Amino acid sequence: MAAKILARDAGKAYPSATGSVPAVEHFDLEVADGEFVCLVGPSGCGKSTFLRILAGLDTLTSGEARILPGADPARPLNNVVFQEYAIFPWKTVRDNVAFGLQMRGLGREERYAVADAWLGKVGLKRFAGYYPAEISGGMKQRVSIARALANDPEVLLMDEPLGALDAQTRAVLQEELLRLWEDTRKTVLYVTHSIDEAVLLGDRVVLMTAHPGTNKADFVVDLPRPRTMKTTATPRFGELTGAVWEALESEVKAAMEAQR
Amino acid sequence: MRGRGAGAEGRSAGAGPGSAAPQPGPAGAAAGAGLLLPLGGLVAATALASVLHLWHGLWWLVLLVDFVLFVGVAEAFERRLPYAGRKTYQKVLAWLFPLLILGAWEALSRTGVLDPRWFPPPTRIAGALWDLTVSYDRFNQSSLLGRPWLIPTRLVHQGWPGVAALFAESHVFATLARVMVGFVLGSLPGILVGIVMGLNRTVRSMLDATMSAIYVLPKIAIFPILMLVFPDPFGEGPKITVVAISAFFLVAISTMAGVQGIEPVLLQAGRNFGANRWQMFRHVILPGAMPIIFSGLRLALGTALIVIVAVEFVRAQRGVGYLIFYNWQVLSTAKMYAALIVVMTLGVLLTTLLQWLERLAMPWRR
Repeated sequence: MAAKILARDAGKAYPSATGSVPAVEHFDLEVADGEFVCLVGPSGCGKSTFLRILAGLDTLTSGEARILPGADPARPLNNVVFQEYAIFPWKTVRDNVAFGLQMRGLGREERYAVADAWLGKVGLKRFAGYYPAEISGGMKQRVSIARALANDPEVLLMDEPLGALDAQTRAVLQEELLRLWEDTRKTVLYVTHSIDEAVLLGDRVVLMTAHPGTNKADFVVDLPRPRTMKTTATPRFGELTGAVWEALESEVKAAMEAQR
Repeated sequence: MRGRGAGAEGRSAGAGPGSAAPQPGPAGAAAGAGLLLPLGGLVAATALASVLHLWHGLWWLVLLVDFVLFVGVAEAFERRLPYAGRKTYQKVLAWLFPLLILGAWEALSRTGVLDPRWFPPPTRIAGALWDLTVSYDRFNQSSLLGRPWLIPTRLVHQGWPGVAALFAESHVFATLARVMVGFVLGSLPGILVGIVMGLNRTVRSMLDATMSAIYVLPKIAIFPILMLVFPDPFGEGPKITVVAISAFFLVAISTMAGVQGIEPVLLQAGRNFGANRWQMFRHVILPGAMPIIFSGLRLALGTALIVIVAVEFVRAQRGVGYLIFYNWQVLSTAKMYAALIVVMTLGVLLTTLLQWLERLAMPWRR
């Protein structure tokens, strides 16, 4: 299958008073069209930085990282689901979901039709006229996911989208994400620090080293789809998470040492 | 709660001038006693203070004791109310207490305890306010509201110029026009400059120190300079400008803070979803900074009222500030108080208008 995301020898260094501090170094990544790849690493390893670079919110200092455009030039390359509830408090749920379409100049009726369809898929149709302050954290993140999907980008970039939620809400949203992905088969790059989440959601888990982040290991998740929360109870799931943890443990310890 | 009521009574016994103060009742007293004792204490303490001519030296102590006793009575009464009635009772209290103060003022002023020359009784102030409203001051050729009931006849006999003359004679219209025109002329550029300062670090570095320096300057201090600058020093130009300048800096600085306070992730989301410069401004930056912009506008409105009254003290033939100052000059204190009420009403009206605008502009904050 054709590659959709391509990073070669990607590097990012931040200027500081004592010289430049590398955040990401010699990082390679290839994500195929329609693949769900999870990027896992210890905190501070630069996985979010890399995602932000792909999103165009930051720039590389060496190498290259890009999203390959598809056949339709009008389609946006990527959209991000941020960790914080990055939906606009001053827009209703419907207007938030329709935001990308509005920025692209679609008329009100057209964009509301798309937005309402996505609100239906994430179970928020009833809340279309609500403001974010009036809905729960889990619902806010559903709005954020619907906003990205409604814009129909080539690639969906997700930066620990469920990180701020409690464990139970998180499990519900993981199942919803699985279901949505089965429907759309979008190319997804998903940054998380939860190994369980990465193995449950991803076709592949890419592991990064501690600061500065570079490739550590690459696991193919051969769990059959469609997956649900029950998948986490299978022996194969346990084997995979165990293997990922084994590779990650030393990096996490290194990251802790570095922080101390 | 009972303990607190008893405490208030106990304090009255200590603070009152002698043995006439009521004794705190036993904890298990009859239901009526808890209400009557503090009430009796209230009357007794005040009466005793009057009889002993303690008002002059110890009026502040008597007021304090009365207030404490009043709170005790009000709370004792509330305990006797059914739970459902308590919210209404609190509202009644919010109106009743000021009325009580006014009543006390009236009584004290009429009996001469308060000097009626400096503290005319509220009824006389109300009369003065009515007088100001309906009468036309021939000496100043002015009136409070511009005698709006004359508009129809003027329109028939003199046409629109006649109506304009009515507006021109109005003190309230003069102040209102200066405040509103100055406020708008200062706030709109303030918002624009604040947004540019919030977004652009270079502009911020260049202007921030200067703005902060001018911010602390009392704007009324530049009024003489403005009178020099304008060709007509006694016209409306300097007055409106000094209001505009006071509003400008307050609004600019809070707008800058508002823009800087926008969650970075919201700006990133805006960019990531393809917003261009104008769309970023319209859909992300302006609404994001709006709550802080409005708190700046509220501050600016208050300052604008202060500044315009001060300016009208100094240099004006119309305006409520002039009205206060003129009535000071002719020692007509009731009219001074009446003019104060007019200023308060203007403040409340303008603040309500701004709050209405705020709700209109930020439906998500309702």
